[in-house]
Amino acid sequence: MRGIQVIGLVLFLVGMLVFTTLPFLSSYRLTEALVQDQVNEIHREKLAELLQPMYGQSYPSSHAFLTAYSSNFDPYNEELKAKQAWDQVIWDDYGFALAKAAGEGPARSYPWTSLALSIGLVVLGGVLFQFAGSGSAHTSLAHTGVFHSSLKNRGVLGMLTGTYLIGFYVILYWFPAYLSPLVWMVEPIAQFLSGGPASQWFLYGLVYTLAIGVMGIRMVLKYRDNKYQQLRTASVVFFQTAFAFLIPEVLVLLNKPYFDFKNIWPLDYDFFYDYQIDTFISSGGLGLFMLIWGILLIVLGVPLFTYFYGKRWYCSWVCGCGGLAETVGDAFRHLSDKSLKAWKWERWMIHGVLALAVVMTTLTIVNYFSSFSLLGQVTNQLHSIYGFAIGSAFAGVVGTGFYPFMGNRVWCRFGCPLAAYLGLVQRFKSKFRITTNGGQCISCGNCSTHCEMGIDVRAYAQQGQNIVRSSCVGCGVCASVCPRGVLKLENGPEEGRIHEFPILIGNDSIKLRS
Amino acid sequence: MSTRHFVIIGNGVSGITFARHLRKGDAQARITVISGESPYFFSRTALMYVYMGQMKWEHTQPYEPHFWKKNRIDLKQAWVKTVDFETKSLVFESGETLNYDSLVLATGSKPAFFGWPGQQLKGVQGLYSKQDLETMEAITSQPIERAVIVGGGLIGIELAEMLTYKKIPVTFLVRENRFWEQVLPESEADLVQKHIRDHAIDLRLETEMKEILSDSNGNARAVVTSAGEEISCGFVGIATGVTPNVDFLKNSSLAIGKGVKINSYFESSLPDVYAIGDCAEFENPPGPGRRTIEQVWYSGRMHGETLAYNFCNTPVTYQPGVWFNSAKFFAIEYQTYGWVSPEPMDGVQDFFWAHRDGKVSFRMRLDQEGKVLGVLNLGFRLRHEFFDRAIREKWFGEKVMQELGKGVFDPEFYAPYYQEIQAAFQRQFGGAIVPSKKSFFQKLLGSSQ
Repeated sequence: MRGIQVIGLVLFLVGMLVFTTLPFLSSYRLTEALVQDQVNEIHREKLAELLQPMYGQSYPSSHAFLTAYSSNFDPYNEELKAKQAWDQVIWDDYGFALAKAAGEGPARSYPWTSLALSIGLVVLGGVLFQFAGSGSAHTSLAHTGVFHSSLKNRGVLGMLTGTYLIGFYVILYWFPAYLSPLVWMVEPIAQFLSGGPASQWFLYGLVYTLAIGVMGIRMVLKYRDNKYQQLRTASVVFFQTAFAFLIPEVLVLLNKPYFDFKNIWPLDYDFFYDYQIDTFISSGGLGLFMLIWGILLIVLGVPLFTYFYGKRWYCSWVCGCGGLAETVGDAFRHLSDKSLKAWKWERWMIHGVLALAVVMTTLTIVNYFSSFSLLGQVTNQLHSIYGFAIGSAFAGVVGTGFYPFMGNRVWCRFGCPLAAYLGLVQRFKSKFRITTNGGQCISCGNCSTHCEMGIDVRAYAQQGQNIVRSSCVGCGVCASVCPRGVLKLENGPEEGRIHEFPILIGNDSIKLRS
Repeated sequence: MSTRHFVIIGNGVSGITFARHLRKGDAQARITVISGESPYFFSRTALMYVYMGQMKWEHTQPYEPHFWKKNRIDLKQAWVKTVDFETKSLVFESGETLNYDSLVLATGSKPAFFGWPGQQLKGVQGLYSKQDLETMEAITSQPIERAVIVGGGLIGIELAEMLTYKKIPVTFLVRENRFWEQVLPESEADLVQKHIRDHAIDLRLETEMKEILSDSNGNARAVVTSAGEEISCGFVGIATGVTPNVDFLKNSSLAIGKGVKINSYFESSLPDVYAIGDCAEFENPPGPGRRTIEQVWYSGRMHGETLAYNFCNTPVTYQPGVWFNSAKFFAIEYQTYGWVSPEPMDGVQDFFWAHRDGKVSFRMRLDQEGKVLGVLNLGFRLRHEFFDRAIREKWFGEKVMQELGKGVFDPEFYAPYYQEIQAAFQRQFGGAIVPSKKSFFQKLLGSSQ
């Protein structure tokens, strides 16, 4: 098995190497026809003129091509901005579309081979590695060694992994044109699913879904005798694959709006943006259904499900961010900060983001219904600030890139406005709690150490107190890692859920507060 | 309310629980906790997890450093050399002294050594303290061909698990004819022994260590067993129990037996001197079936709670409730509530069920009338509150069985073993139990029993 594991690791690394190298194996040649083809009608004439010097030139790398593009295009925009001619500024970024159209390289000529040798090898190697390495250890022994691991305990491998992830997200969000060679190789899949071209987001969605799938296999093997872990892993893999990845693409194929039926405002922060509302309203019955469905989830779905099951129904069973955190991120769960200080930061930050999302959305809606007479185009500024700071930088770069530094739930714990909303319901009106088993706690601290949300579970358990915390996503690992059978996730009567005066069973001399 | 100075020797669970509760009940008292072992309270039970890379040292500390300042509990890291009970002062190894008004001895235990030849060699140690963990880490970071563990109890099996993590082959010597003979009935011991052997541990029952042999550098190189066999090894783990850590108090006016002699108010033979936790020895057992020395995490905690209460209220005697305990043998969890003796007893009815995969079992003892005395479960979890109540209220076994579903504490979606247990009970004892049926969802999940 050791041999197979090594083969798996080698395949994985080769795949990663190919994936990382492919963007460099490309060259570019722009023609006027391509510009005409890729650019929106209103900008077509201008861009065709601006990019004139590039026609017929050969660029040996994406960097050379994009530098040339910028040097021809940017001065025009800058001048307009200097003149404050905001309505003439070209806000659209054509860099990605032009690079994708004008490039040549192995990933474009041989998309399937490139795909197999990069993502394919990563997936194959990952699966082999998981199966061969799973050994025979029991679930409750599955957490040994994490602090002796360079990858899992902020060693050199951890730092490298984090840096790679952060780099990937920065490029994805702000320099997507550099990824166009990778997008070429998923083009056939996108054409098949949605009938349209692939974007960097399609590439990202595919990679994301595969990552959850492969690491989901790891979870099922790791927790081989823990049905709770296996079921919730199967659930996040399903919701990611079907709801987040496939269904939206198929909707596009059927000429319907791209829509993720399980994404909920305010995590889905652009749900109420004017162009979204316009899309829903202009897309007939299904569009209207999407709008109503989304609103129902917010006003009924969240409170009801959270009342009965706690926020876990979403955060560790349905959510895509949670899905990635619980599969790819599982190996880093113990890196969360458990200090009281971190908890204070957490409450300010996450509720701050929620407040920001609510204010932004309210302004957007009021503005929309007042036909933009209230704030004009100012909401667009708000949207771009929120999108940059929260949607991209926080949720993406920090949220995932920081797995190897601060654990797998940085975004969910400190930033996600939906988690804040779910958490408020969970804290104040829910049947969910983690029950402490009488006086059995030995204060060992395994629960706190492995809590991805940084909850000091032990602080409650050793007092015989149920754990009722807004941040708990109900992953169930505290119960699994407890060596004394002290913790159990339960949905029970509201009465007695919160122990204000906990009593540890076992001492008949006195009944006192712990 | 007082401003008297409480000095606690020992920052384990007993001493710290005492200090915390005293502070809750008495805002004025000056509280000093002394420990030579570690600056901050840590959970001794987690030493093994630090060794196995499942936790870091700081995770073993239940309270952050700022907690002590906030609660005005002074911590002093020093070893106490002697106590002058006349002048009420402590003398530290550094020569420094500290006066107290009330002294609470919570010095815990130390591994029991039984005078084996070679027991002082390097590489021979118990597992109790932070220092034990450090020496064990140092020794086993070198290549070691084998380790020998002596003593078939909880520390022994922890050591086996730790060494297995480091892939060091282990020979496990148990003097008795089964593992943890003083607690586990034979069937449970068999189950655990099989599990131990499944982890490639060379378990030797009815085998004692006679001698430890030295190499030329004073390191342990082999163990000689009672069967006369010489087993080469570079590490010898002594896990033959613990004994109160009271040597520094001997030859003083304080009455010492095995531990510090105390009454049911934790009062020693001297005024203003108290003892709690592992180091204390009660004059009379604190409850039926209890020992005079209670070397269990939970008891230490209750001692601390009760003594602190007594300083802040009208003193009460220490009265532990229904017995409970828990442990873990590699992957198999153990819990017990009430009394289950390791051997069958006259006038006590026995019910035992074991799952066919050999990793889960349940035993219940009933008195002659059929009322529950205690349960012992392996491989699944039971609810403390439920069994505390059932035993306290002397439920009939039949009622316990009927309600068993509520007494299970396993995570959601786990196999409903209790249904099979109910059916087995009905076969043995008859009665009108209606065994629970698998729910549709349980069937759907294929929750195999």
